[in-house]
Amino acid sequence: MNFDLTDERQMLQDSLRRFLRDNQEALRASTRLGEAATETGFSTEIWGKLAELGVIGALFSEEDGGFGGAGFDLTTVFEELGRVGAVEPFVDTAILGGGLIAALGNSDQRELVEQVIAGSLQLALAHGEQNSRYDLAQVETTATAEGDEIVLNGRKAVVVNAEAADHFLVSAREAGATGDEEGISLFLVPRDAAGLSLRGYPLLAGGRAAEVDLDGLRLPSSARLGAAGAAYPALKRAITRAEVALAAETLGAMEAATDLTREYLLTRQQFGRPIGSFQALQHRMATLLIELEQARSAVINAAGHLDADPAQQALQIAAARNLIGRAGRLVAEECIQLHGGIAMTEEYALAHIAKRIVMADHRFGDTDTQLERFLDYSAA
Amino acid sequence: MDLNYSVEEQAFRAEVQQFLAEKLPAEMSEAIRVGRELGKDGHDQWHAILNAQGWLAPNWPKEFGGCEWNAVQRHIFEEECCRAHAPRIVPFGLSMLAPVLQKFGSKEQQDHYLPRILSGQDWWCQGYSEPGAGSDLASLKTRAVREADHYVVNGQKTWTTLGQYANWIFCLVRTDPEAKQQSGISFLLIDMATPGIEVRPITLLDGTHEVNEVWFTDVKVPVENLVGEENMGWTYAKYLLTHERTNIAGVGFSRAGLDAVKRMARSQMHRGRPLIDNPHFAARMARAEIDLMAMSTTNLRIISRAAAGQAPGVESSMLKVKGTEIRQEINDLARRAAGAYAMPFASEALEGGNEPEIGPEGSAAVAAQYFNNRKLSIFGGSNEIQKNIIAKVKLGGGA
Repeated sequence: MNFDLTDERQMLQDSLRRFLRDNQEALRASTRLGEAATETGFSTEIWGKLAELGVIGALFSEEDGGFGGAGFDLTTVFEELGRVGAVEPFVDTAILGGGLIAALGNSDQRELVEQVIAGSLQLALAHGEQNSRYDLAQVETTATAEGDEIVLNGRKAVVVNAEAADHFLVSAREAGATGDEEGISLFLVPRDAAGLSLRGYPLLAGGRAAEVDLDGLRLPSSARLGAAGAAYPALKRAITRAEVALAAETLGAMEAATDLTREYLLTRQQFGRPIGSFQALQHRMATLLIELEQARSAVINAAGHLDADPAQQALQIAAARNLIGRAGRLVAEECIQLHGGIAMTEEYALAHIAKRIVMADHRFGDTDTQLERFLDYSAA
Repeated sequence: MDLNYSVEEQAFRAEVQQFLAEKLPAEMSEAIRVGRELGKDGHDQWHAILNAQGWLAPNWPKEFGGCEWNAVQRHIFEEECCRAHAPRIVPFGLSMLAPVLQKFGSKEQQDHYLPRILSGQDWWCQGYSEPGAGSDLASLKTRAVREADHYVVNGQKTWTTLGQYANWIFCLVRTDPEAKQQSGISFLLIDMATPGIEVRPITLLDGTHEVNEVWFTDVKVPVENLVGEENMGWTYAKYLLTHERTNIAGVGFSRAGLDAVKRMARSQMHRGRPLIDNPHFAARMARAEIDLMAMSTTNLRIISRAAAGQAPGVESSMLKVKGTEIRQEINDLARRAAGAYAMPFASEALEGGNEPEIGPEGSAAVAAQYFNNRKLSIFGGSNEIQKNIIAKVKLGGGA
């Protein structure tokens, strides 16, 4: 048994942590709500530098052109990103977009993965819909073959990184009923495709998203990723990887939140002494630190089972995200409360970090949905 | 023991309902229901409507132009206003400063300021907290030095709610730096147009601008703007805080919030069925509702005693803690119900733009409100301070 990072991952963590520390100002600028009005919602300059540093490559396996891609590579990277509250779209462009093209694409399509790793291509997965909530198989968008062409019709909801994306990966139903796992295909759609329109908006926790309308959008059938109607397993796999990434990112944010709070309790003076000298607050801080270690272990469980057999993998990841959902909410709320008003201001670093923690629960399945999945998998 | 309202109280409720049905503008009610900001004009408009009805000052004695309603009537009024999605009445002049002036102010101050509060001519804000004086309010440092017929004020106040709209501020200032903390404080009324005052906005974590910093540099305040006696300000401040804690339970807000959650849970689909049918979500809603039902009766118990002339004790601290916990839990439910549509930062929809909401009705505000209402357990005496009060009364010893 050994819970240390390998030398390579330790080096990755060190260099990434150093880079993020040295670029705090630029990273922070993208987190301001006003700044989210910029076109991409993040700093393309930082993105390029992180790609140079090998951060994107660490998220892909060697056979896909990277040098990592395992569960602990993901958690090493995302924990660091979470510590600084980075809003750059690593989940969307790399884990989801790049991951799906690597999994399903033909050799032509797979060339895009190289561009992702090089930092020169942005992607967005257009999968969720108004009525899908967190259910991956609820796809109402349709793909209809007309001769050698495919016609897409539907609306995709809260597509993160849509406005920055060079290509969309759009899920659509070619067969079966809404809710069937069978019959869902994925298509590569260039951003300038006729029939595609966006309504973009900033996100409360940073970054941007859009509602994506597909109105008679025509594609050559070569735009399909993988076999017709058979995209569901790859989608599930990519989103599972994204869930591990998100869990680690939230863990990093929880570390940052508790660090800031500990520091504040030691320095803030009221009633003539540091507020951290009050036992009522000490015990609450202690509870948060206990939950933080629970969260760390949950992330290790999830990452360690990312390549396990499907039943174990699903169970562990649902467990980790349920725990992080509960512990994360507690940490975010308590850290704000222990600070008082100052943590309510956009100016103070904790505000953004707390939003990252809580809003992560709204992607790919919230705390309750993870509990349901855990119960389903336990019964299976 | 009788859980029913009296015939007179029921008639009063009907009267309030009828007034709201007739006089509350539909677009204003709609804005409040979906969580849009009202702005100064909206507040002023509702203020004027209530004033025309003579219902602007439920807690004021009749001699000053108030309703002199008892605690039960005030509760019924607040409950019906929440149910109808009426705007909150900005409390700083009406329910915080006015009781202090009525009890401790001079005849001249009462005659001058109280009518201007009713007419809406003056918008008051509160200068209490400072960067170094939050829960430990008595450690405040803003200094007022007497020079002939005026005070010279220097210092900084913070968390000044809606100070950007205010033309007057009531302030706690230190007039005797030698005295023990609580005894060197005075209560001053300051015209915001006086040279040397600067209001700086604070942007909150949900992007809103509702609080401010107020800076004072050599601000000259006439001595007649002192309320009561010099160095007695802490007594007045404590009196004011007891008024700040009326309607602290927020039962009406919680009811309206829970209704909104239910509406959204009916419209949102989860695994092909309405979310409201989901046992996990339904259980969360049920727990909040069960807590609210009990808390609402605790609230009525205290109100009923207050109407009979008994001053509330630690119960108001208990209500503040439980009431804010329940409201925050309901905010949490609302963001959960919205699913991925809780993620957008929909500033346009919240500020009253013409764009339709991005997600389901009411979803634009849920996450912002969840974060914004973290303030409920921080302001008005944080929940930790309330627990200190409860513990001190029940266990004795220090806070």
